[in-house]
Amino acid sequence: MDMIFSVLDATLRVSTPLVLAALAGLFSERSGVVDLALEGKMLAAAFAAACVAYIAQSPWVGLGAGIAAGMAVAMLHGMVSITYNGNQLISGVAINMMVSGVTPVLALAWFQQGGRTPTLSDEARFTAIDLPFADAIAHSPALKTFFGHNILVYLALLLIFVVSWVVYKSRFGLRLRAVGENPHAADAAGISVKGVRYMAQAVGGALCGVAGAYLVLAQTGAFIQDMTAGKGYLALAALIFGKWRPWAAVLGCLIFAFTDAIQIRLQGVELPLIGSIPDAFIQALPYVLTVVLLAGFMGRAVAPKAIGVPFVKSR
Amino acid sequence: MAELAIELIGVNKHFGEVHANKNITFGVRKGTVHGIIGENGAGKSTLMSIIYGYYQADSGTIKINGKAERIRSSHAAIGLGIGMVHQHFMLVDPFTVLENIVLGAEGGITLDGSLAAARTHLQKLNQDYGLQVDPDAIVGELGVGTQQRVEILKTLYRGADVLILDEPTAVLTPQEADDLFRILRLLRDQGKTVILITHKLREVLDITDDVTVMRAGEIVGQVRTADVTKEDLADLMVGRKVNMHLDKAAAVPGKKVLSVSGLNLVDSRGVALLKDIGFDLHAGEIVGIAGVSGNGQSELLEVLSGMREATSGSVQFKGTELATLKTREPKAAAYRKLGIAHIPEDRSREGMVKDFMTFENAILGYHDDPSVRRGFLFNRKAIIERCRRFIDEFDVRPALTHRRIGLFSGGNQQKVILAREIHANPDLLLIGQPTRGVDIGAIEFIHKRLMQLRDEGKALLLVSVELDEIMALSDRIIVMNGGAISGELPAAEATATSLGLLMGGHK
Repeated sequence: MDMIFSVLDATLRVSTPLVLAALAGLFSERSGVVDLALEGKMLAAAFAAACVAYIAQSPWVGLGAGIAAGMAVAMLHGMVSITYNGNQLISGVAINMMVSGVTPVLALAWFQQGGRTPTLSDEARFTAIDLPFADAIAHSPALKTFFGHNILVYLALLLIFVVSWVVYKSRFGLRLRAVGENPHAADAAGISVKGVRYMAQAVGGALCGVAGAYLVLAQTGAFIQDMTAGKGYLALAALIFGKWRPWAAVLGCLIFAFTDAIQIRLQGVELPLIGSIPDAFIQALPYVLTVVLLAGFMGRAVAPKAIGVPFVKSR
Repeated sequence: MAELAIELIGVNKHFGEVHANKNITFGVRKGTVHGIIGENGAGKSTLMSIIYGYYQADSGTIKINGKAERIRSSHAAIGLGIGMVHQHFMLVDPFTVLENIVLGAEGGITLDGSLAAARTHLQKLNQDYGLQVDPDAIVGELGVGTQQRVEILKTLYRGADVLILDEPTAVLTPQEADDLFRILRLLRDQGKTVILITHKLREVLDITDDVTVMRAGEIVGQVRTADVTKEDLADLMVGRKVNMHLDKAAAVPGKKVLSVSGLNLVDSRGVALLKDIGFDLHAGEIVGIAGVSGNGQSELLEVLSGMREATSGSVQFKGTELATLKTREPKAAAYRKLGIAHIPEDRSREGMVKDFMTFENAILGYHDDPSVRRGFLFNRKAIIERCRRFIDEFDVRPALTHRRIGLFSGGNQQKVILAREIHANPDLLLIGQPTRGVDIGAIEFIHKRLMQLRDEGKALLLVSVELDEIMALSDRIIVMNGGAISGELPAAEATATSLGLLMGGHK
């Protein structure tokens, strides 16, 4: 029984940054801009959050810095993809490579700890929130699974509702979807296509910022080189798996997080007949699952029609 | 003098070297249907884009309801009561009609309220103008005629008093076009002003009150429709006398050249694109295939020219079964060698390489011909020589062998392609949309040339969405609807009405 709760507990913790990044990607891609840069946005945010939280000794200031960094990188992606009609895939990959290279160099120059940032003290991190019935929680694994998390986990949960409302029920959402499906129609209706796309980048950048900050402020407590480890790509895969719909994308994230939680517990376990499986294979499980799910399980995903196509006004 | 809804005074627009609109001065009377006609590239679309705020004029004044305005964006144009129905609909396919209509004109930050308000407003518009559009239908699932009505609703919802329609009948059957005209008349009678951009003279005479004729960026005529004939307008558009009437001797069909039976084509998603197509084609006749675009004509041409393989069925060409023909080279090349020439519908993508020179395009597809080769190299002199002959014989202008073909006008590009395909002396000529994007002068030339080929004993299969063209050239007319043949008529018995019914699928 405890095993089940501990797996669920881990699933929630691991899925939080994935969910945030997937929602970020949803804005960008629904607006018609391919977002391979999720990874880079998160990594930059993680780095900024680590540095600033260390200096300010406050997780909130760190979170703010993470959001700012995520948005800054998003604006770069926007400039290439929206203003200059560049290739969005290349922009995304270039951003990821750049951030992955720049962050450890800066960390080394500033903190001399081999490309890491100094480990944060508890005051500078997000820890499990204090609830009035804290004692009860600490003694019940079931309650702890659902109520013993830091505030960002609940923020992510709240954001799922907010995002699906915004996308389907708000004016911005309607325009967002229109711009991603048929930017010429949106343009003819008097909507600024570039404006909406930049807005989507900004919102997505902020969400990536929270996701990146979470990795440092709620998980590791320090920035480590390439600490996102493909989470941006996983989030993107979940988004595609969910056919660009918020709840379905979240479901994708939960599946990945769940296999990840299982994976950790499977390492070193002797299986009957097969014996012990090398850890590398087990660690690859969530990624293999991604490929399998994307390759055939879900059927054809219909992307926003204008995705990846720079908007150039036609006559 | 009636009040003017729109007045332009001395409007100029340049694109680099090109003077797209020269000193345009004209007015549109309130409460009328005003036609703007002209050939491709005459500057109609540029002018309308200026009125709708896509472009800014370099100089000149635009007055809306007598007041000079600067229209800096489509948003501003909408604010001034101008609505535009584009040739390519500006609709978001996965959205409902209602969502499409409120897009860009939502009331507040949340959608529920604006959608409810729009629904009420829409019902009233539907009633007032007899539009009959279901607000909850998904736009992508609607027919073309209905989608166009959604576009009209969109402009009305935004309070448009002036509606600009850009080539609105290009995608409609004659019956749908009649329906559209009924709506436009209703709009006019209720005080709206309609501007109709078209190159179809018949429509102009049918529905407009005034006509403005444009040629080469200038206005060359402003007349009351009641005062002119079709011929007058054609002459004005082209700038010289045009012979609209094609002299056609009775066909003398010879031997059977092509025999198609039981032809089916199913695409990878399982959609049947061609259903049990069967017909014969003889030497010395032109068979026209009529239909609204997207009803299988394109696919039929693709199969017959060897660009695409049919799922089942038989195609006999001069006694050879093409369906089971084993070829080493690609089928399209093999068919060419057998004597099937093809003028593709999509000229710029399949008929030529835009960035190649005229002379290079002149041998495209015939580059294995020994007469243009020297060993495995090209005989450049022979190629240029051949191209020169094409240019002379077909009056290609400008007469340049070394010019990127993309820079020529549509009519001159088509002449080069036609010359190339005829040069091989084929027995069967597959022709797709021969005059799409081609100016009237060149249309006249191409039509005459096609008739000449028929009289020389070639078999011609003509696919066109222009009914006038089909009726003028064909000896027999086959109508396609939904991938199947919905009827066949001798050209002499065909009328726009009878063809239109068949095009709509009514047998």
